[in-house]
Amino acid sequence: MQDLLQQLLNGLSQGSIYALIAVGYTMIYGIIQLINFAHGDVIMVGAYVALGAALMGFGFIPSLILAMITCAILGVVIERVAYRKVRPVSRLAALTSAIGVSLFLQYTMMYFLGADIRSFPADILPERTYTLGGVIVTNKDLLVLGTTLVLVIILQFIIFRTRTGKAMRAVSFDGQAAQLMGINVNYTVAFTFFIGSAMAAAAGMLYGICFNVQPLMGLMPGLKAFIAAVLGGIGSVPGAMLGGILLGMTESLVAAFGGSMYRDAVAFIILILILLIRPTGLLGKGVQEKV
Amino acid sequence: MGVAPLLDLEDLNVHYGAIWALKGINLTVGEGEIVSLIGANGAGKSTTLRAISGVIKASSGGISFQGEDITKVPAHDVVKMGIAQVPEGRRVFANLSVLENLELGAYIRKDTKGIKQDLDDVLDRFPRLQERIGQVAGTLSGGEQQMLAIGRALMTRPKLMLLDEPSMGLAPLLVKEIFSIIEEINQEGTTILLVEQNARMALQVASRAYVLETGRIVLDGPAKELAQNEDVKKAYLGG
Repeated sequence: MQDLLQQLLNGLSQGSIYALIAVGYTMIYGIIQLINFAHGDVIMVGAYVALGAALMGFGFIPSLILAMITCAILGVVIERVAYRKVRPVSRLAALTSAIGVSLFLQYTMMYFLGADIRSFPADILPERTYTLGGVIVTNKDLLVLGTTLVLVIILQFIIFRTRTGKAMRAVSFDGQAAQLMGINVNYTVAFTFFIGSAMAAAAGMLYGICFNVQPLMGLMPGLKAFIAAVLGGIGSVPGAMLGGILLGMTESLVAAFGGSMYRDAVAFIILILILLIRPTGLLGKGVQEKV
Repeated sequence: MGVAPLLDLEDLNVHYGAIWALKGINLTVGEGEIVSLIGANGAGKSTTLRAISGVIKASSGGISFQGEDITKVPAHDVVKMGIAQVPEGRRVFANLSVLENLELGAYIRKDTKGIKQDLDDVLDRFPRLQERIGQVAGTLSGGEQQMLAIGRALMTRPKLMLLDEPSMGLAPLLVKEIFSIIEEINQEGTTILLVEQNARMALQVASRAYVLETGRIVLDGPAKELAQNEDVKKAYLGG
């Protein structure tokens, strides 16, 4: 029982990182129907920026904020340079462009910073553990959960309580009708990249602290978060969070009960099963009827 | 010519790729008028409205509004100049509540007091929307969605309202209601350009009308005269 709780906790922590990444995937998909394959690499850039800041002596929160701002701007630049012109041409063109951006980011980082695996300095978070009814909780877990929770609340606030959030929801439902309300669609799309990429940067820093930092680090969490987004119903923000947490927990349970070699395979099997049984994902709506 | 018209389309051409959708349209709408644009499916009626709103760009020719050239103005700025469109198929934001839809109509405005006043007016005009204010717009009936779409356009506080097939898919009684609302809106000072397949209703409410056939205006004049025109009767009024 304690083992189970322990694994669920580990899964929750891992899953909330997936959730942070998945939220960006799903928001961007929701607004321009593009699978932003470069999203995973924005995580990586975020991790490097945070690492650099930490090595210069900044604490956790300043490093986090710096990484989020840098990646938010990076996200806007990526959209402007690589997607905006090709988006109207075809989805496939935009997707190809996204893969190009992904490779560009990976190998640019590799060229300038090398392929070495780096770690965050230990003093950014001196490890502490607490025992709670036999379950070991580390301060890393708490940090990951706390950061995710705060960011998700901020995100919900932006989407549901602000004018721009309302515009985002309108554009993702019907861009042309949104234009007729005086909403600047390009600005709204850029803002979505801004927010989504900031979330990715936070995930990157957390991931880097839990594991390590290297130029291809975004690949696996990026793919997993993509699965999480599809699992939850792509385009749905609560779905992406749910999908992320579920995936994290499943992986952690599979690993605990003897299958750590199969962890990644299980993630993809889940994706296939979900798509077979419920193609629109757990919280996804089908194509909404427009009368 | 006396006063310059509120809206003036001059030799307007629009292409969708290789398709020549509008072939040199000339059309004017004077301040305070209701002008109808009638024609068959695919004649270019919606294209005309979309070009005015800036959702699609004209390939040549000009659109001016209040004497100002708006041919190249992006769609989201056209709204700010005072042109609202109620698009074909209503296009309400089905995932948002009725209130949020109306608030989006006022997206371009900052005058909190005026917005509140207009919201109250819209809800007075459409009590059904008041009853469903918190409901998601996708759950409304067709008629209610049309009212919401009109209410949403009113919230932009337009000088000119473009309506694209407001009667589409509605029961006859509702069509009458919608048209009397359009007349009311006009009497309160909003100029109206109406696109309709229901030519009978469209000619009844309008002061002037244009007939569009495959991208060209083939007839125009006072609505009453057009309603008596033999060709119009045959083609659009069922003989």
